[in-house]
Amino acid sequence: MTVTSDQNLHISSQSPLKEVARAFRQSWAGMLGLVLLFLVCVFCLAGPFIYMVDPFEVIWAPLTPPGEVANVPLGTDYLGRDILAGLIHGGASTLFVGLVAGVLTMTIGILVGSIAGYYGGMVDEALMRLTEFFQVLPALLFAMVLVTLFTPSIYVVSIAIGIVSWPATARLTRAEFLRIRNLEYVNAARSIGARNNRIIWRVILPNALAPLIVSATLTVGIAILFEAGLSFLGLGDPNVFSWGMMIGAGREYILDGWWTISFPGLMIFLTVLGFSLIGDGLNDAFNPKLRER
Amino acid sequence: MSVVLDVKDLVVDFKTRAGNARVLNQVSLDLREGEILGIVGESGCGKSMTALSIMGLIPNPPGRITSGSISLDGQELTSMPAAKLRAIRGNRISMIFQEPMTSLNPVFRIGDQISESVLLHQNVSKKEAWKRAVEMLELVGIPEPAVRARSYPHELSGGMRQRVMIGLALACKPKVLIADEPTTALDVTVQAQIFDLLKNLQEETGTAIILITHDMGAVAELADRVSVMYAGHVIETGSTRQILDDPRHPYTRGLISCVPHLEDNPGDERPYLEEIEGVVPPLTELGTGCAFAPRCKHVMDRCLTTNPVIGRVSQQHSVACHLLKEKELA
Repeated sequence: MTVTSDQNLHISSQSPLKEVARAFRQSWAGMLGLVLLFLVCVFCLAGPFIYMVDPFEVIWAPLTPPGEVANVPLGTDYLGRDILAGLIHGGASTLFVGLVAGVLTMTIGILVGSIAGYYGGMVDEALMRLTEFFQVLPALLFAMVLVTLFTPSIYVVSIAIGIVSWPATARLTRAEFLRIRNLEYVNAARSIGARNNRIIWRVILPNALAPLIVSATLTVGIAILFEAGLSFLGLGDPNVFSWGMMIGAGREYILDGWWTISFPGLMIFLTVLGFSLIGDGLNDAFNPKLRER
Repeated sequence: MSVVLDVKDLVVDFKTRAGNARVLNQVSLDLREGEILGIVGESGCGKSMTALSIMGLIPNPPGRITSGSISLDGQELTSMPAAKLRAIRGNRISMIFQEPMTSLNPVFRIGDQISESVLLHQNVSKKEAWKRAVEMLELVGIPEPAVRARSYPHELSGGMRQRVMIGLALACKPKVLIADEPTTALDVTVQAQIFDLLKNLQEETGTAIILITHDMGAVAELADRVSVMYAGHVIETGSTRQILDDPRHPYTRGLISCVPHLEDNPGDERPYLEEIEGVVPPLTELGTGCAFAPRCKHVMDRCLTTNPVIGRVSQQHSVACHLLKEKELA
């Protein structure tokens, strides 16, 4: 009983992930985002070793404009601290908060969403009402309450951002689970004797990952903006430099020193843009049909 | 031959908005060791539901096994705790689904999926499970199984995927295999190959097969015995010869005459396909009479009021129709 024609033989197998990676490399948005993010990371991680200036130290006259003095290329803030050093050191904490909050958001969201979507019924009702409860709370206010209740360290800030932003991920995960749980391969997995846990994490979740990965990259971008917002309002960690904090500190000097807020603003913009572009590229890579438009 | 799987008076209800739907009503089937039992009937008559109830995969809620028994080798399945049932599924009973295109998980290699089934039921290492997967692929006629095991489902054609599904279902050498319309989604030449494969494997492994299908031709060729279902009832059961040559129930006769014949009408005035008038009634609106009565050519007063019970035509052949009694009287 030979079935396949010979031309079918000797094909090397291609995993779906490899194909996504290939498609991603062809998307200019994704690659541009990756380059942007790479540059930001190099700036923040290698910067401290090349430009060795303490961001907390007063080194020159307050509000020195950029370019006026050779050793303070981007000028100084209202206390006379070096802006460039601030950008370098602020980046690491901004990225840290973004990543931790992003991971937390995805973890809670996926956990709640998958259990709700898989089991349905009363479990779904209960979890979705809980999700809606978190969703209708004004996110920024709720995060502010959380941060003020505890000491405003960057860990508390990250956790607070994670706690207010998981509902969207939970709903997305639930929607994917509702779609996939009725597909035949889920029934087939059950018919070989797989238990619920296995079906949730090993059968359905891997198939629901595409939109979740896209949403994860966007979530990190949003978390960074959120952190900037909190720091701007003075609720960030006072002992750690961050871009949002720099903007917050400079807000009263907008008219006298545009550079105190423009440069950190630009950094936030570039970083969030980087994450968004990567999200876009991934989205295109996961949905080849959309790419043709 | 001993009975492997015995389904007795199985009743399955589904709660729907329109009311209670009795999707299976007093269904009785028996599957003997090493045989192929065909289950035929039109869409919505309860064939797939029978398969799912045997597997214990009825979506609950809304579905529920109300009464009756399903026993595998003398072990009652309907009252078995979920964990024990899981150990049986895929191991001693397994199932092939209608749609090979969607019944394999797209993100895992086919070798992984077959090994998973082996790993779930047998205490073997991953390596051994993989070896078993490759053996299964070879058994179901996939060329270069060692290479192919590393393929993802989207790299295979429909027929190949159905072969993989069959390999997956047989990986633990089950006693019973339920094939739910295994070829509906495939084209005709591939259908024939899959049926051949099932027949060969059945002879090789001795697995008893329940073959659910619309295809009377496939039944004629493969099945040892046939059960005909209508609106949740088994209305006629017999050996394949008895059902095809001497169908007793008007519905069975209708089904058989619906099969078009190539040698028909060379110039003769019958260009139309035969059909059974009407459709399967909504299961929420079944009354006390015979469910087929509204579509039956031989309908009698009795048919509208009482549901016929199963009666014997011969030792192997039984039918649920008032006509049977009528003939005995005559």
